[in-house]
Amino acid sequence: MLKILKYSFFDLSRSYWSYCYLLFFLITTTVLLYLSQDPFKVMVSLLNIVLILTPLIGIMLGTMYFYNSREFAELLLAQPIKRTSVFLGQYLGLSLSLTLSFLLGMGLPFLFFGVFGSDHTLDFLMLIAVGVLLTLVFTALAFVVASRFENKLKGFGLAILVWLSLAVLYDGLMLILMLVFESYPLEKAVLAAVLFNPIDLSRILIMLRLDISALLGFTGAVFNAFLGTTQGMLVAFLALLLWVTSPVFGFLHVIRGKDF
Amino acid sequence: MIEIKDLYKSFGKNQVLKGVDLTIPRGQITAVLGPNGSGKTTVLKSILGLVVPDQGMITYQGHPLDKSGNYRHQIGYLPQIARFPDNLRVRELFDMIQDLRSEKSDISSLVENFKLQPFMRQRLRNLSGGTRQKVNTILTFMFDCELYILDEPTAGLDPVAMIKLKELITNRQEQGSTFLLTTHIMSLVEELADHIIFLLDGRIHYHGPLQDLKSLHGEANLERAIARILESNGDGSTKSKSPTHA
Repeated sequence: MLKILKYSFFDLSRSYWSYCYLLFFLITTTVLLYLSQDPFKVMVSLLNIVLILTPLIGIMLGTMYFYNSREFAELLLAQPIKRTSVFLGQYLGLSLSLTLSFLLGMGLPFLFFGVFGSDHTLDFLMLIAVGVLLTLVFTALAFVVASRFENKLKGFGLAILVWLSLAVLYDGLMLILMLVFESYPLEKAVLAAVLFNPIDLSRILIMLRLDISALLGFTGAVFNAFLGTTQGMLVAFLALLLWVTSPVFGFLHVIRGKDF
Repeated sequence: MIEIKDLYKSFGKNQVLKGVDLTIPRGQITAVLGPNGSGKTTVLKSILGLVVPDQGMITYQGHPLDKSGNYRHQIGYLPQIARFPDNLRVRELFDMIQDLRSEKSDISSLVENFKLQPFMRQRLRNLSGGTRQKVNTILTFMFDCELYILDEPTAGLDPVAMIKLKELITNRQEQGSTFLLTTHIMSLVEELADHIIFLLDGRIHYHGPLQDLKSLHGEANLERAIARILESNGDGSTKSKSPTHA
């Protein structure tokens, strides 16, 4: 598996996409830091970019990568390597490559700006951690979709739909439900519902860390009120880890019974 | 060497294999023939573990196929379509497969035979179809294997490369390797194959020595013998020969 990881990463490190992704974060972060001069404000601005963009890139590149490496996977599967190792290796290779682009793109400008050692070091690390976790979650979801659907058009469509649902539609739906059932005590239901959306979880995780109650929103406030800051962060973090592992097991399960 | 018992496989509603039983004899070249969609590639891929059968049993050297895929150390596989990671160079691909199999191999004579030296530093995405097929062929033959599974090995090869491929196959057979191949080129089958498996509509229609197939249908030419089978199957008037095991 480690060998597959190495070669997937090596292949991707020469791909045009990895550099575009890296450059995007590098330029955005540098420009924002240069314009505002306040790392805290920049982090808040970057938060939404991280919450929307890392899932989108993760799920799109993941789907694309899976479909593109289809025939090559066939060649690898004819070698004396376990099926699950081939795909776990490819998944980790892609995640590693995306993570590295993200880390360098966001990390380098902040490093030059001297965020480390300042009051905001932990806030920054939290933002990075969330970005990395979201990359892992959505790349795994991409692998689930792409391994399940042979038809590329269907696969891409569904991948976009998954992203759209979790990034945009989910919040809208929650809002509508809250309006409809406003006369009922909804706190616990909302608390549970948040656990089913990795993007919401990430948002709350960062909001709790940055302590910006104005941006916390209803779900975040409920989270804070019920669990408190430390416990809330712990629960959100564990739920996110579960969000990484379950789709990974999911696609490995699909792969085991798949024909190539 | 390989025994397949009662193999069934369907893709969705399409039942591709409907109870295939066969034995692949050791040290011989067996050609799997049949019209498009008759299940040739599915049989080959089932042996490799690429396709998961719905029902049935495959044993390699007397052992059922294991999920870890260790038995594939003994198999060289040439797939029908050759596609590789776009950003790798030819040399890197060869090194990579050696690394993945943890086996060393001297490919210089193969590279020379197929005239691939000028391409070794090129990226795989820039190669023509025929050159990719040559790369694919070298990947298959770079290790000394007990069994070679070749799916349409001549597709896209020029006449010179084709001759080299035939030489390679006969050389390896003389060293004791077993071959299982599919092709639509009957002259290649006549030249190389010892055994024929004829698949029709997911079932084995004929399984036995090449010579017997010709004499059975009273034809000196394999292509005509095959055409006879297809014709007789088409009108259903002639009873087909039941599968025989070699």
